Order: sequence, then C-alpha cells, then structure tokens
Amino acid sequence: MEPHTRKLLTMVTEAVLETTIVRDIERLGAHGYTITDARGKGSRGVRNAGWETSANIRIEVVCDAETAEAIAAHVKKHYYDDYAMILHVSDVEVLRPEKF
Amino acid sequence: MIDPIILFFLLGLFAGLSRSELRLPAAIYEFVSILLLLSIGLKGGIELARQPFGNLLPQMLAVVTMGFLLPLVAFPVLRYAGRFKRADAASISAHYGSVSVGTYAVAAAYFATRQIAFEEHLPLLLVLLEVPAIVVGIVLARGLSRQTRWGTIAHEVFLGKSIVLLIGGLLIGWAAGPDGITSIEPLFFDLFKGILALFLLEMGMITATQVGSLRQHGPFLLVFGVAMPLFSAVVGTGLGLALGLSVAGTAMLATMAASASYIAVPAAMRISVPEANPTLSLAASLGITFPFNVLVGIPIYHALAERAHMLL
Repeated sequence: MEPHTRKLLTMVTEAVLETTIVRDIERLGAHGYTITDARGKGSRGVRNAGWETSANIRIEVVCDAETAEAIAAHVKKHYYDDYAMILHVSDVEVLRPEKF
Repeated sequence: MIDPIILFFLLGLFAGLSRSELRLPAAIYEFVSILLLLSIGLKGGIELARQPFGNLLPQMLAVVTMGFLLPLVAFPVLRYAGRFKRADAASISAHYGSVSVGTYAVAAAYFATRQIAFEEHLPLLLVLLEVPAIVVGIVLARGLSRQTRWGTIAHEVFLGKSIVLLIGGLLIGWAAGPDGITSIEPLFFDLFKGILALFLLEMGMITATQVGSLRQHGPFLLVFGVAMPLFSAVVGTGLGLALGLSVAGTAMLATMAASASYIAVPAAMRISVPEANPTLSLAASLGITFPFNVLVGIPIYHALAERAHMLL
C-alpha cells in the first residue's frame, strides 16, 4: 500500500469565528474538517475557554496543496489583523487520497 | 443582612484573584446560564398570558428608544473625553446601551428576598433592550456603509443564545399559562436562587480575570464603568416613573438601563466590528460595571426609585 502526501492545515482561533471560517473553508474546496475546543496562551493573552468570549477552537483540514494555500491566503487576508489566530501547514501521509 | 448569592460572587472573586484551582466546567456554566435565561423568560411569559399585549406597547416602544439613545450618550464621552479609537468607543457604547441578564437576575432575587413585587412582564422589556444598542454600535463604528453584512449580523443577534432562550421562554410561558407551568416550576422557579448562586460563583471568577487588563487600561475605564451605569440608572428611573411602574419595577428598569452586556454584545461586535479591541469593553463591563451593579448598584437604584416615587 503506497502512501499519498497531502497537507494538514491547522488553525487555532477564536470560537466566535467558527461559523464564518467553516463556510469559507468549504467554499475554498476542502472536503471536510475537524474542530476541537482549545485553550492556551499567545500574543493576545491567556484564552482559557472559561466562557464563550475567551474560547478558542482548533480547526484541522486535510487537503491538497492548492486548497491549503488558498485557505491560508484567505484567512490571512480577512482575519489576521483583527482576530487571535495562528495557522500552520504540515505534510501528512494518507491512505485514501480520494477522500481529501 | 447580606444576600448569600452575593457571598457566592465574592467567593468566586476570591478564588479567581488568589489563582485557586477552582474551575467550573464550561458545560456547567453553559447549563446554568441556559436555566437562568429560560426561568426569566418563563416568568415573563406567564404574565403575558394574563394581560392584553396592546397595553404593553407604549412601554416596549419607550424601552427600545432608550436602547437607541444610551449608546449615543456614551459614544462622545468615550471618543472625546476618553480618547478611544472610533471602533473601540462604538463597541463600548454598544455594551453599555444593551443589558446584562445576569444583573437582571440578581436584581430580581434582591426584590424576591425582600418580598417586594414588581411587574412580571419586565422580561419582555429585557429582551427588547438587548438589540437596539448593537445596531447603534455598528453604525457608530462603520457609518451606514453598504459593506456591512446586516444579514450575518441579524443572524448573530437574533439567533444568539440569550435572545433565543429569552424569547423561547416567553413564548412557552405565554402558551402554557400559569397553570400549565406548575409541572416544571420546581426546576425553573424553586431552584432559581441556587442556580443564580452557582452562576455568580463563576461570574466572580470571570470578573477576576479582567483585573489584569484593567490595570493596563487605566483610570478612565474605571471611572466610566461606574459613572455610566449611574447616569443610565437615572434615565431608567425617569422612564419607569413616566411609564407608571411600581417602585420595584422602576428600580428594575433602572438596573436594566445601568447594566452592561457581556455575552450578546461582545459576540456581535467581534463579528461585525472586528477592529474594536474586545479586552477594553469586557474589562469595563465585566471588570467594573457588573460587580459594581451587583454589590452596590442595585440597592442604590432601589433607594433612587423610592425617592423618585416619594417626590411625585
């Protein structure tokens, strides 16, 4: 069984953005995503998920390189200035490439 | 006599400030606030079933007008005396024009403890007061630009948790009527103060997290966070008198006017005015105004309403 390389795009951002970002991701061609609740600390202070406005989410998307690039460019343009957000992309190997 | 629920708030504050291990699980906080919102909605709904809707229209219009005007008073103060950026001033104004259901609940418990009755339909006015300030805040920040996505914002505002649950509770209470509700009374009405105590414990801890940002943003917010609710309370008292509310009803309306939102408005502002710094408005509304209202504001508004009624 040969592995196929795809991109894993991970975003940690404010929970309030969930609906908007999910809509953007789907429109930009991702076939799926995974969201988990997250907490931590960064340049915008401790976000401890104690209640709604300080809650963070982590969004993970496995997709091809073009989609990952498109999503990264889109969120950078629309959300980086005003929202707490980090994004990183890494290579992953998947077994069923048709899913991503 | 100090109300035990206030002691719960102080306990939360102490736990937060001393960095205790204590943490209410997020799901519990969510559940507790859902119960509070539904209880308040149901109470109001039962009353709506008793009286014709038409009688309430003047009060509804008056409260909506107040919701539009309060942020318009706050904005120039913040912009010119406080030297805040336009977006920040607009966002803070929206918080102060809107209403805090938690503060309302504490005031309702305050009068229940003293066995003083107030108009039961006030939750209807509470719902109405949430919305106008959000619209004013967005327009103050943006102007009437075509780019504002009113559809998304309307969805955020009207389908946000607090409005859905308050209106849902109102409708269920109204449809079921006083007799129909008896079966669910033990959970929603009998346990109300216990639930409120848990809610305030968590609010104490949340308030404590704001202390750091208060230190950063200095004395102006501190003064504003106390002066603005006092001013709004005077407006609310006047309106209560004009509408012919009882003493406790007037004090409740003053409390609503004085309270600053920390759930519905922050979420709406984050989506529609993202360049506004949420730390500023939350430090003011949660770090100063909420504890001020809960600890000393409500008795002051009660005394104010009594004086005002005596003068008439």
